[in-house]
Amino acid sequence: MKIGKQTWRFQEPVYLISTGTTAGPLEKRGPLGETIDKTFDDLHCGEKNWEAAERRLMREAVDICLKNVNLSPEEVDYFLAGDLLNQTVTSNFIARETRIPYLGLFGACSTSMMGLALASLLVDGGYANHVLTAVSSHNATAERQFRYPTEYGGPRPQTATFTATGAGAALVGKARSPIVIREATIGRVIDWGIGDAYDMGSAMAPAAADTIERHLHDTGRNPEDYDMILTGDLSSVGSPILRQLLWERDLDISEIHQDSGLMLYSPNQPVFAGGSGTACSAIVTYGYIVRLLRTGKIGRVLIVATGALLNPTIIQQKESIPCVAHGIVLESTGGE
Amino acid sequence: MKTLNDPKNYKKNIKAFHPKTNYFMNCLKAFLVGGFICLVGEAIQKAYAAFTDYTEKSAGNPTVATLILISSLLTGFGVYDKIGQFAGAGSLIPVTGFANSITSAALEHKSEGIVLGIATNMFKLAGSVIVFGVVSATVFGLIRLTVNNLLG
Repeated sequence: MKIGKQTWRFQEPVYLISTGTTAGPLEKRGPLGETIDKTFDDLHCGEKNWEAAERRLMREAVDICLKNVNLSPEEVDYFLAGDLLNQTVTSNFIARETRIPYLGLFGACSTSMMGLALASLLVDGGYANHVLTAVSSHNATAERQFRYPTEYGGPRPQTATFTATGAGAALVGKARSPIVIREATIGRVIDWGIGDAYDMGSAMAPAAADTIERHLHDTGRNPEDYDMILTGDLSSVGSPILRQLLWERDLDISEIHQDSGLMLYSPNQPVFAGGSGTACSAIVTYGYIVRLLRTGKIGRVLIVATGALLNPTIIQQKESIPCVAHGIVLESTGGE
Repeated sequence: MKTLNDPKNYKKNIKAFHPKTNYFMNCLKAFLVGGFICLVGEAIQKAYAAFTDYTEKSAGNPTVATLILISSLLTGFGVYDKIGQFAGAGSLIPVTGFANSITSAALEHKSEGIVLGIATNMFKLAGSVIVFGVVSATVFGLIRLTVNNLLG
């Protein structure tokens, strides 16, 4: 059911039944390394090129997610997936392997929550029993697509973010589980004129602020009603900007706000302002947050995945970066 | 009071949230690393002049070739981009930076094959340097020729 202007509230409980996460070596050594299902010590993940390595990450995440609940791909109705590469090629190839009816998604780094929102909608509407959603990103494939070759020696400014290597998969359905997907808020595209691909935190902060404000307005809740508001990849630059933007709108989220890009890596790791990438919010949500909800350590969390809808060609034509953020509310049923 | 919720001036107002760039330190690092690369080049040139048939003057070409080789190897081992992050222009401007831009592009596109991958993409970054190098050499060459003829 639609409530307010941009929010869906799911009528029958829709459950997050299972998740699977994979990541590369840097994420493994980060503070949340223990919460990732499978990690690789080498960026190549045993494959012959970076693109194949990214497919490996998504394939393994999907496998883990389905194996957790002993489900075969044939029992899944739809597969909604996205990544950062042209034509969402990683997702296309995984869909080719799993043979689950497939819709490819692109929302840059907001794709994780976009997929989860659409999966919940399909289940809630009675159009599916099980929907699988997955996202991936790889530092080297993203660098080459959006910036420079990985080994190029051009320096980056400290506002730059670092694309996370990994993947996250989630299975949504009606079967009871300790995590309920309560609401989804679909974001508007916001662009306040930032055109610097090395400063995506600043570019995305207004989009995150807009979605959070809309969400709280639509649901009639206050920031205090959440144990955590988790943004995707605003980094150490965009996070304080978001808090300031909302504070000026009389919404104080400073006590409960966290950012996936800052949680995935420790401050001494070489990630500049913090992690980013489609996998960033997915690894943190489907790994760490899901564990907290499963055990009932936190009750309600709003996850706002932020996406910089950046196109490397159009950026050269001096345009700015349109940004979007999608929010999902996950609730614990009280722990296992 | 200045508000951040002002889309028109957002770009300007968020400057306070950005980490400060220490231009002095960046210049110092670039100077030291760039200078060190030139020092290595100088040493190689002197060594070629001392131990081979090259003269001090003709040793320039093999010196450049040696620096390119070292830089390409460092790129392949994944070291040069780290030096680049530290030194900035110090490692970008010398011939070693030029070699890095070619080698890194070649490495990056290896998986797409030798012709359409490596050969096509090798000069993706270096191409602009060559274009501006050739164009400015032509322009300044013409200026020099004109001035010389007028004076001579």
